[in-house]
Amino acid sequence: MTKKGKVFRPTAFAFPYLAVTLVFVIIPLILVLVYAVRGADGGFTFDNFRLVFTEKETLRQLGQTIAIAAQSTAICLLIAYPVAYILASQPFNKMAILALLFVIPMWINFMLRIFALQSLLSMIGVGKSYGAAVIGMVYDFFPYMLLPIYTVLSNMDKSYVEASRDLGANPVQTFFKVTLPLSVPGVVSGISMMFMPIFSSYAITKMMGDMNTTVIGAKIASLFENQNYGSYGYGSALSFVLLVLVLVVMLIGNALTRRTQKAPKGGKA
Amino acid sequence: MSIFTKIKGLFTKESAGVTPQPAPVKAAASSKKNENIIEIKGITKVFDGVTVLDNLNLGIKRGQFVTLLGPSGCGKTTLLRLIAGFETPTEGEIFIEGVPITNIPPYKRPVNTVFQKYALFPHLNVFKNVAFGLKLKTVKDKNAKNGERKFTKEEIAQKVNRALKLVGLEDYGHRDVNSLSGGQQQRVAIARAIVCEPKVLLLDEPLGALDLKMRKEMQIELKKMHENLGITFIFVTHDQEEALTMSDVVVVLNDGSIQQIDRPKKIYDEPKNAFVADFIGESNIFSGVMEKDYVVSFLGKSLRCVDKGFEKNEKVDVVIRPEDIKIVDGAGTGHFDGEVLTTVFKGTYYEMIVLANNYEFTVQSQAEFRPGRIVSLEIVPDSIHIMKKILTINKYLGKVTGDGYVTFCDGEFEIPTDGFETGDEVVVYVPFDAVELTDDEEDGVIGAAVTQSLYKGTYYQVQVYTDTDEDFYIDTADEWDMDDRVGVKIDGAKVRLEKYDPEKDEEVAE
Repeated sequence: MTKKGKVFRPTAFAFPYLAVTLVFVIIPLILVLVYAVRGADGGFTFDNFRLVFTEKETLRQLGQTIAIAAQSTAICLLIAYPVAYILASQPFNKMAILALLFVIPMWINFMLRIFALQSLLSMIGVGKSYGAAVIGMVYDFFPYMLLPIYTVLSNMDKSYVEASRDLGANPVQTFFKVTLPLSVPGVVSGISMMFMPIFSSYAITKMMGDMNTTVIGAKIASLFENQNYGSYGYGSALSFVLLVLVLVVMLIGNALTRRTQKAPKGGKA
Repeated sequence: MSIFTKIKGLFTKESAGVTPQPAPVKAAASSKKNENIIEIKGITKVFDGVTVLDNLNLGIKRGQFVTLLGPSGCGKTTLLRLIAGFETPTEGEIFIEGVPITNIPPYKRPVNTVFQKYALFPHLNVFKNVAFGLKLKTVKDKNAKNGERKFTKEEIAQKVNRALKLVGLEDYGHRDVNSLSGGQQQRVAIARAIVCEPKVLLLDEPLGALDLKMRKEMQIELKKMHENLGITFIFVTHDQEEALTMSDVVVVLNDGSIQQIDRPKKIYDEPKNAFVADFIGESNIFSGVMEKDYVVSFLGKSLRCVDKGFEKNEKVDVVIRPEDIKIVDGAGTGHFDGEVLTTVFKGTYYEMIVLANNYEFTVQSQAEFRPGRIVSLEIVPDSIHIMKKILTINKYLGKVTGDGYVTFCDGEFEIPTDGFETGDEVVVYVPFDAVELTDDEEDGVIGAAVTQSLYKGTYYQVQVYTDTDEDFYIDTADEWDMDDRVGVKIDGAKVRLEKYDPEKDEEVAE
């Protein structure tokens, strides 16, 4: 271990990962930024960003994206939390297969699932609409919301609940004073796993939504599909704004998690 | 520690007028001192077909420090959880102050628990943890609507701070519970429980996670708290020393039933059976025979003792504490002559293993005798404790399944079946020495797990537990490790069969 020159360094394992990150994450990000600040003439400009915040249609789509992401996430949370709570409590907590049932759809290609859902909805008379798009989002991202909450709830030390009941809290009080606050990390990670991808996804809205239901992801896609070189810059600027928005949401989530989740440790004497 | 002198103030010296709270607990306690605050009647608890508590009866007097003591898996924690309300009994009833509480949920019971791993809420700071119970409580107040109201913020702050002061953490209110050491977390857990002014405080191995020095300190602190608060403490531990140090009454549990309930000194001096003797402190345990009143014979010698009332030649267990044996130099002066095998210095005394009459005596003495020395052991009548044997023979319900074959405990054993027909139901009597254990489970007729191994002088008495929930007691020359899987074989020649009579053998059928 201590022989010079032959020191075993666990950090060495990180190098391949770092290389992959560099090639597939860092460099593309830099490229996006470069495109975003490059004018049609190849010089430095903020025109692309200016366009993002001035074009009415873009702002409307951005607003609709936030709305659809927020609504789908909220609905999903309201459904997923009770399901996770039930799955994590007696006697279902001994049947891991139940939680698996909710996850199995993830193994099927999501385009297939959305096609199937669309057919089902049209069978019961729900056509392409904003509402259908929200249903599509909720359906598609449900496992991502369920799993983190389920994991937190099923790993929660049941002595907290017992302590709460012991101190005089009835089941409802116990839920709101102990279980819910302690499960915030799972909720936050569920939200971030859903809210953020919805921001950039456009396939679901394209397939489930009507003409008026357009999200910013679709706009970016169309900008890049356009062979006109100039759109690349605009698309990159838009992507960058989106990235910053997602980053802000993530930071808020992290701050929330840090405030609530402090795993009990043995303590330092 | 001076903080304990302040404890008294917690419940009694309430500044009049400011806090309309229930009558001081201490006054109430002293007025009905001899009444049972908790009454446990015929409690049985079965988990997944395993009986954890078996028809248990126990009364706990108001204001006492009662310890439930036993090895892990004896049911002591289950009993505590039944009192707290986290489990419901399969059978039986629990009363607090004469009121049946078996079907009352934990949040309505007048008891509070200090949990094994404290279970402090990680999302709340120290103050809020302690205030948790108070915020939910209602107090009687004539001026309020319905005659009840919640504690005010000031009252809560006052009570929390007093409780924190009591456990020596007055300046820790704002601290994050995870930033505290184990001992401090423990104190917060105690403060959180006693601030609710429970009638009974339940403590589930609360000192188990602390280091030795801290544990000793907390033992003394808890004892003082108990004296000053005047409320009933029920303390669960597997540490016999802790139990003897702290308690007014010790309840020794094993295998889901009570072995002995007594004052610590009596538990130690007069263990009721071999299990208690073995579990509490060091002991030399022998199998003996009561020759007549005041005379017992073991290891081939007849000795005077102080017990009587046994049947003539009744088999008994004999217990002698290591510190009760007088060890003298040279052979011939005492009852047993032997050779010192090992000597270990234990701080205030030497502990020696002395081989005499083929038995390894454990002896404690101030004087040191080096290994190899020939010594004599003297045992005065007063230090010989005689205990009834719990069981003298294994008894099972079986069926004759062929000529020379009897099936019981899910195994077919070769046993002479003269006088019985195939298909006869029989009671099988298997003496302890008719059973043979095998290292390899496959070599036995049935498999079992070792649950106890007691050294009884010239042999070990081993208890194994079969997969069909039956116990086998075995006398064997070898020591077997706890929880080992073993095979069980039986020497058919030593087994006695009797025709099964449902009227007479009701007990076996169960």
